[in-house]
Amino acid sequence: MLIGIGVSAGVGYGPVVRLTRSVPEPSEGEQHGGDIDTETRRAVSAMEETARDLTARGERAGGHAQEVLNAQALMARDPALTDDVRRRVGEGASATRAVFEAMDVYREMLVNAGDYLAARVADLDDVRDRVVARLLGVTVPGIPESSTPFVLVANDLAPADTALLDPELVLAFVTEEGGPTSHTAILARSLGLPAVVACPGCTEVREGTRLLVDGMTGEVVPDPAPALVEEVEAKAAARAAAAAESTGPGRTSDGHEVPLLANIGGPKELPAALENGAEGIGLYRTEFLFLDRPDVPDHEEQVAAYRAVLDAFPGGKVIVRTLDAGADKPLAFLPPPAPEPNPALGERGLRMMRRFPDTLASQLAALAEARRDTKADLRVMAPMVTDLDDAEWFAAASADAGIPDAGIMIEVPVAALRARHLAGAVGFFSIGTNDLTQYACAADREIGGLSRFQDSWQPGVLELVAAAATAAAEAGRPCGVCGEAAADPILGCVLVGLGITTLSMGATALPLVRAALARSTLAQCREAAEAALAARNAAEAKQAARNRLPGTAALEL
Amino acid sequence: MAERRVKVGGKVGLHARPAALFVQTAAEVEGEVTVAKGDSPPVSAKSVLAVMGLDVRHGDEIVINVGGDDPEAVLDRLVEIANAD
Repeated sequence: MLIGIGVSAGVGYGPVVRLTRSVPEPSEGEQHGGDIDTETRRAVSAMEETARDLTARGERAGGHAQEVLNAQALMARDPALTDDVRRRVGEGASATRAVFEAMDVYREMLVNAGDYLAARVADLDDVRDRVVARLLGVTVPGIPESSTPFVLVANDLAPADTALLDPELVLAFVTEEGGPTSHTAILARSLGLPAVVACPGCTEVREGTRLLVDGMTGEVVPDPAPALVEEVEAKAAARAAAAAESTGPGRTSDGHEVPLLANIGGPKELPAALENGAEGIGLYRTEFLFLDRPDVPDHEEQVAAYRAVLDAFPGGKVIVRTLDAGADKPLAFLPPPAPEPNPALGERGLRMMRRFPDTLASQLAALAEARRDTKADLRVMAPMVTDLDDAEWFAAASADAGIPDAGIMIEVPVAALRARHLAGAVGFFSIGTNDLTQYACAADREIGGLSRFQDSWQPGVLELVAAAATAAAEAGRPCGVCGEAAADPILGCVLVGLGITTLSMGATALPLVRAALARSTLAQCREAAEAALAARNAAEAKQAARNRLPGTAALEL
Repeated sequence: MAERRVKVGGKVGLHARPAALFVQTAAEVEGEVTVAKGDSPPVSAKSVLAVMGLDVRHGDEIVINVGGDDPEAVLDRLVEIANAD
């Protein structure tokens, strides 16, 4: 059995398909058998077929991914490249070697052209690997085509790998790297698919082996006994049934209300939020409007995107996070002033907006307009706020735009420690537990080896949450959590016990959190919170909290 | 053949989407279409790799040459793409 970290609940069972990355380099000086015409035809048709495949994938993906894939298709059938391949085959090189060498000429050219074209180098490499794989008759890199459902195993998944993924065909994700807040984890939760990350040895499992993946416990079993599959699936079914039963607004069994909100990255995630009973939006990430484009989206485009979400929640709360650029989300029109050796600690979030105040002002103006004729309760909040000066600056910028009661995210540990002072300057707090954990434990979110520290159950992280929640309560301000911690049903109860007033999470996590709250009293949540704070480490905190929430046992968490 | 010399007005230069559109438009022409950055040697405007390799940025001067029928209309479209945002 392999053990990783379960990051998205549910059980998946099926044959392994591996995300392949490496295509062998055809050996130098490799020659073809002598028939130039046949070999040329082979090379050219592999290029043309790759171009068609890329175009077809683009049509299915749509949006920005389609533009990237179309540009790759143009590369695959580039006439100058094709001429070069023909010439090399004419001189005796095998089709694979000719393609490899011809691509290399352009690769060098793009590499030398500098930073601006670096992303295109990766695109070109992908095209080369696809053509070479086709010629060698090996699996085309990326997520292989499969018509039957599979468990996807990879070293790690990048957004580009998953742009074209058909969620209907994936039974579960298992990755060797990545932590609870990695792209894989967030994607899996947004799709409602089981996932285990930081699972050593998983990439050595042979293609086609049947894997049983438990996204709750992190257990991954190759070729399991049928009885085990049955047992694990029965537990998952019990959880699903409990989740399905829980409906209505979030509240404890004794009636303490905890509005349950959804985190979304754009209007297309609204249906899942509504289906899972979200009472509003606790985190509307607006980056999607700004990524992968050379300029700032204009006023009308922004207003339309904000309105689409407001219209879905008449009377409900919609908290919009202003542009969170920088670090892992660089924007072409907002370059950092200098290369950042450690971008997570660099000019990101509000820090970037203070450098480019016009971009923030234009976003706030669009939000103010969307707010004018809506029935929803629109709030704005700033990411990556560090001190009182930041909080006051953002509150003033929002007030200037005509949006009162602006809030801030609590992600930087000193902001939690100084919450008492910040609470007077803003209308509410929302704790981003992913970044708060990363910064408090000094552990990069993307490094699998540090997963022990990327755990919001770390009692030190809970102390920071308690500090922020207490300060907010004293000032009469709401304090929500919009990080992944809110998606853990037991931890959700603990957060409520610490004084958190709303929980916002990926939509698919809502039913189980609702069910856990409905089976616990507020007093039990508080006892669980105290026990977790008193624990010596994350594992003990979790166990101690679980013991004090007996009603959740039936959920098989 | 017809030639035009323009300063690229598009913010991303001839990269990303404009490069793809530029190449797709050039590829529709029967005759030869070339583009050069300033006075450097021209490359085929039908090759996306060659066009990207020029690394044409906002404000750079490019020289476009178009053969075939009605080259002026093609030049108009190519210049429009180079200047679009």
